[in-house]
Amino acid sequence: MLTCRTMWRKLAPLARSSSTVCRQNVRRAGLNSGRTPTCVPAAHMSTGPAGGGGGDNLKYAVLVAAASLGSVVYAYQTVKGDQQRYEARLAELASRSQKAASKDPATLSQSEPTAAPSPEKPSPPASDAKGATPSKSTEPPPAVASTPASSKLPSHTPYLLIGGGTASFAAARSIRARDPGAKVLIVTDEPDLPYMRPPLSKELWFSDDPSVTETLRFKQWNGKERSIYFQPPSFYISPTELDSAANGGVAVLTGKKVVQMDVRGNKIKLDDDTEISYDKCLIATGGVPRNLQVIERAGEEVMKKTTLFRKIEDFKSLDKVSRNIESITIIGGGFLGSELACALGRRSTDSNLEVIQMFPERGNMGKVLPEYLSNWTTEKVKKEGVKVLTEALVKSVTCKNDKLEIQLKDGRLVKTDHIVAAVGLEPNVELAKSAGLEVDSDFGGFRVNAELQARSNIWVAGDAACFYDIRLGRRRVEHHDHAVVSGRLAGENMTGASKPYWHQSMFWSDLGPDVGYEAIGIVDSSLPTVGVFAKATAKDTPRAATEQSGTGIRSESETEDTATSTVAPVTPAPAVQQKDDYGKGVIFYLRDKVVVGIILWNVFNRMPIARKIIKDGEEHADLNEVAKLFNIHED
Amino acid sequence: MSYCKQEGKDRIIFVTKEDHEAPSNAELIADDPDDPYEEQGLILPNGDINWNCPCLGGMASGPCGSQFKEAFSCFHYSKEEVKGSECIDNFRNMQECMQRYPELYPQEEDKESSSQEESSSASSSAASSDNSALSSEMDSSQVSSVVSSDSTSPTDNHAAS
Repeated sequence: MLTCRTMWRKLAPLARSSSTVCRQNVRRAGLNSGRTPTCVPAAHMSTGPAGGGGGDNLKYAVLVAAASLGSVVYAYQTVKGDQQRYEARLAELASRSQKAASKDPATLSQSEPTAAPSPEKPSPPASDAKGATPSKSTEPPPAVASTPASSKLPSHTPYLLIGGGTASFAAARSIRARDPGAKVLIVTDEPDLPYMRPPLSKELWFSDDPSVTETLRFKQWNGKERSIYFQPPSFYISPTELDSAANGGVAVLTGKKVVQMDVRGNKIKLDDDTEISYDKCLIATGGVPRNLQVIERAGEEVMKKTTLFRKIEDFKSLDKVSRNIESITIIGGGFLGSELACALGRRSTDSNLEVIQMFPERGNMGKVLPEYLSNWTTEKVKKEGVKVLTEALVKSVTCKNDKLEIQLKDGRLVKTDHIVAAVGLEPNVELAKSAGLEVDSDFGGFRVNAELQARSNIWVAGDAACFYDIRLGRRRVEHHDHAVVSGRLAGENMTGASKPYWHQSMFWSDLGPDVGYEAIGIVDSSLPTVGVFAKATAKDTPRAATEQSGTGIRSESETEDTATSTVAPVTPAPAVQQKDDYGKGVIFYLRDKVVVGIILWNVFNRMPIARKIIKDGEEHADLNEVAKLFNIHED
Repeated sequence: MSYCKQEGKDRIIFVTKEDHEAPSNAELIADDPDDPYEEQGLILPNGDINWNCPCLGGMASGPCGSQFKEAFSCFHYSKEEVKGSECIDNFRNMQECMQRYPELYPQEEDKESSSQEESSSASSSAASSDNSALSSEMDSSQVSSVVSSDSTSPTDNHAAS
């Protein structure tokens, strides 16, 4: 898996450069062919004095003629070949649709033993059969009569969701809510049912339960426990029962990867050669964690001691590793790196674990928070027991005597037992090639329009979607709530809604019990900011916020549309001394004098106001007046 | 006393409670309640039920989704004197379905009683913990209390739906 990623990363720049080379060649060729008639005389003149110009010019002319003739012939052949392939595929499609018309799709997965081959097999076979390609669709079905219905995967599904994460689940729920009796098939290469990611780097680490890696249940601040899985297994139906389910349902096919997508034929192919056709498809493939090149080149010994953190299995292995070592280093100063550092830092108070965090920026969240706040946050992270090394660029990593040695470019040497690399996410666009979908060169990911649509019948949501935000412009967002919002929107549009991305998603982060913030919009530290702060009291902490609102994960209070805080019992928070000035407040991020991003710093349950300000997109003369709307001095 | 400092491109303002006491003169654009792009609440502007409302959690999308939709729709459009009195069969169907999935729809006694008080439906027998979602029609804060006080189920209520 790692080598594939390496290869992909190596090929990606190549692909990019080759495309530019191609473009340049085309331009050059275009220029040449345009100028050939005039070139000759010019060359003649320029090489005149050198002598022998006439002969050279003749050879040149012959070469150009041969090349252009050759390219014309090649082009003709390619077009012809394409046309033939196209016609063949159309013919095959037509024959397939004729066969399908004669067959009731509801009983497709039932093992109706039909002697006639065609009705049973208009489209590709069951999973246990060998993969039959479309051209072989006229073959008799392999032992259908004796195969029980339960072992046959559907060969067609009205709604196909590629990827089994948050965006996919949100879309499935949206589709089921809007299309009664909808049959939704989720295909994921992970072995797990859809789950939420934020607790993997936060709440699960704070659990007192020693079996947390098995149960994956976490206790929220207010004492309520829940699983990271969105739904228990009983919510879903088996993929083999999907076709026959009277009221439809959501089926999850785990451990299968979609390797090819045929957009014209509206079908996908799995890694076991099964083909499944669809009416509407959602691509929610998320991404894979990036790695540092120095680590990839460092060899297997180093790679074995490196964790790229994203999935449940990564959480389990990191939990295990961190209990058995003396020193761990997190490379990366963004959300994931800082949250993991804080989580491990808290653990280090009980054990003898040394937790180091290093990153190139000058402070934690350096790309998100303005410098003064980033510095303040870094101090808080240090208080969580983390040794923070700022402005640290890794030069090389070696393994010596079973310990890792990280050499920094400024000469510092760090010795550690294990590395966690949290240096970003590479959106998974593997299907772009076979599907012929556009990939965005600025943000990565599949390029989709404001309604999250890539092509007819194909939508993309979540981390992998580079979409057009009507208010804020084209972007790609890698946050949990965005996966929910975009997944839900994609589900709505897949059922005919035609709505653009309008409800702005938010995100949040807690760095320990005293520092928490919620944010919305474009929160980029390179933008000019205006921060309005008040002195914080003990009541203004993330813990108090969740106790008061009775929610665990704060995005619930947003996406669940809860009107007010509830009657959940409020336990008194321990007295917290806020010595610093930046206790709580609001930070506005401006682009051309318009607020495009807002951070609510230790101020909670005010996201709707923030959302409204961004939605309006107005130029406000005095942001202090805007800050008043948030009532930062109240709870 | 509020004061202000500038650190490069970033401006920092410190304000006291008194500074923020005067009402804000910042102008916000009035919202259009019928804006089709906006996320709608439980009841759409045309009076229909928004089955995709996050407040419903996974009620309308789970295995008992269609039973729930039938029961709630019947209740919503009911014009009887005792609202929903003709919907008893629908609610019974729903309850039977939910009993088949105790993991998803745990039968909790205290929530049943609270929802009975709220919903004027005669079908109190059909009240399960998730019936209280019905009462949201009358009082959205009731929904939030259900949503937030549920612990193990429907877990999707707490999901980033």
